Amino acid sequence: MATEHIDVRYVADLARIELTPEEEATFPKQLDEILGYIHKLSELDVEGIEPTAHASPVFDRIREDVAKPGIGRDAFLSNAPDSANDQLRVPKVIE
Amino acid sequence: MLSTESITSLRAKLTAGEITPVDIIDSLEASINEKDAAIGGYLAFDFDTAREEAKNADLSLPLGGIPIAIKDNINVKGQPLTCASKFLEGAFISPYDATVITKLREAGAIPLGRTNLDEFAMGSTSGNSAIKRTNNPADPSRVPGGSSGGSAAVVAADTAIAALGSDTGGSIRQPASHCGIVGLKPSYGRVSRYGLVAFASSLDQIGPMTKSVDDAALLLNAITGYDPADSTSLEDDNTDFTADIDGGVKGLKLGVPKEYFSDAIDPAIKAIFDETAAKLEAAGAELVPISLPHTEYAVATYYIIAPAEASSNLSRFDGIRYGNRAENPENLIDLYRKSRAQGFGAEVKRRIILGTYVLSSGYHDAYYTKAQKVRTLIRKDFTDAFANVDAILSPVAPTAAPKHGENADDPLTEYLADICTIAANLAGIPGISVPAGTVESDSGTKLPVGLQILGPDLGESILLKIAKTVESL
Repeated sequence: MATEHIDVRYVADLARIELTPEEEATFPKQLDEILGYIHKLSELDVEGIEPTAHASPVFDRIREDVAKPGIGRDAFLSNAPDSANDQLRVPKVIE
Repeated sequence: MLSTESITSLRAKLTAGEITPVDIIDSLEASINEKDAAIGGYLAFDFDTAREEAKNADLSLPLGGIPIAIKDNINVKGQPLTCASKFLEGAFISPYDATVITKLREAGAIPLGRTNLDEFAMGSTSGNSAIKRTNNPADPSRVPGGSSGGSAAVVAADTAIAALGSDTGGSIRQPASHCGIVGLKPSYGRVSRYGLVAFASSLDQIGPMTKSVDDAALLLNAITGYDPADSTSLEDDNTDFTADIDGGVKGLKLGVPKEYFSDAIDPAIKAIFDETAAKLEAAGAELVPISLPHTEYAVATYYIIAPAEASSNLSRFDGIRYGNRAENPENLIDLYRKSRAQGFGAEVKRRIILGTYVLSSGYHDAYYTKAQKVRTLIRKDFTDAFANVDAILSPVAPTAAPKHGENADDPLTEYLADICTIAANLAGIPGISVPAGTVESDSGTKLPVGLQILGPDLGESILLKIAKTVESL
């Protein structure tokens, strides 16, 4: 298995999470301990074993292509942090 | 007090015309007002809506007039949903019913109350709730278990008749054990997850948390079935889970897996297990020593797969469409980073980071694919075992309910306590926790302890039959 150290700040950035100074101090040790434990799997030889994505015997089920009503614009926008003119409003993203 | 009664007993009184559904709501309101401040099982409740629905309840339906408490990660139209997270608290009203709620309504039941949980169902004490603390009704200095700790506590405290929980690695069975109620995790695919806030989609199942085994069967009858909105849901097999429930255990072969009895299991827990297993033997079952050789790899496998799926599922919480949005961001990426930083608690952040790491370029095969292969071996352990036994018996958790904050800064130790429950989710098989006894704490309180029964795929009826026997011992 790969390295047992996570560059926490880098991975948090990939996950789009800003960490507090306290989290930056406590997470590395906690996560390295967990990774160290997970490393246990390297004891096992899994050559030739098929991966299991989930335990259901059902795969690639395709529904009928029939239009059905969704939850509706008003219901959708009712939980929006910001909206205007029946649309979500977001901060300016293009300078 | 109607609030102390089971679904089965209330249904008999309702259909005999001795009580009305509104009487049950009134009794629950009184019970909640009296006890919930000390227990903290509920995040929200709406008696007026429930009372209106109770007035119109159709008593001819199987759950007609029965209020059911709902874990606060399952959508009920018009009610707040928080997942016990600051990200959603005060910011989200469900715009639709989860399929299990639609099915409960079709069976005549009334959703009443939102129960506390570990934030986004990540945890095993309910201590990761960002909103409030839930106390174990048997001993308030201790946790109710988790993540469905609120659902377990309200059923145990008679502030609910029954509840729904969700189980990703033991989150129904373990709090049921700690609080002294019945909790059932159905087979993967039995119950639609549409409208359940996704944590780890290949593991999550919704299930009943009840005062009796009969009640668990009744509730399971109502919520199972094919749902086109959940692509993993199985075709209906029209099982009536109450049909065989009084069948007893005579002639059943019950496997006892040696790997589930490591030194981590408290001797008092082991003693209750041995006593219960002996009673089942006396009732006519045959105990068979078995081996599930990959058990020791289950926790490591789970803590790759579950965080990986969580990191993907929780990417939807971006601060754009619903929930918390940070103010005055520097740019779009900063809006995501700050909205999520403000909204998520430490455990959720840890798991997202761990999941992002194991899925990241260069590590995906070494961690995620490897874990999926080990998962195949864990599932095969069970398939092999069920060729020779009808069900498997084990403890639910290594100890009775711990004190609040015991492992708060040591996530790995808390993860390791999932050892008895986690493999069933990886394998997709059903499991139930049924009260088996109590252990006395150092302060003299009596802490409930459950027996776990695991069954083959779609073997819920066997589990219920064995659990009902345990209940009557």
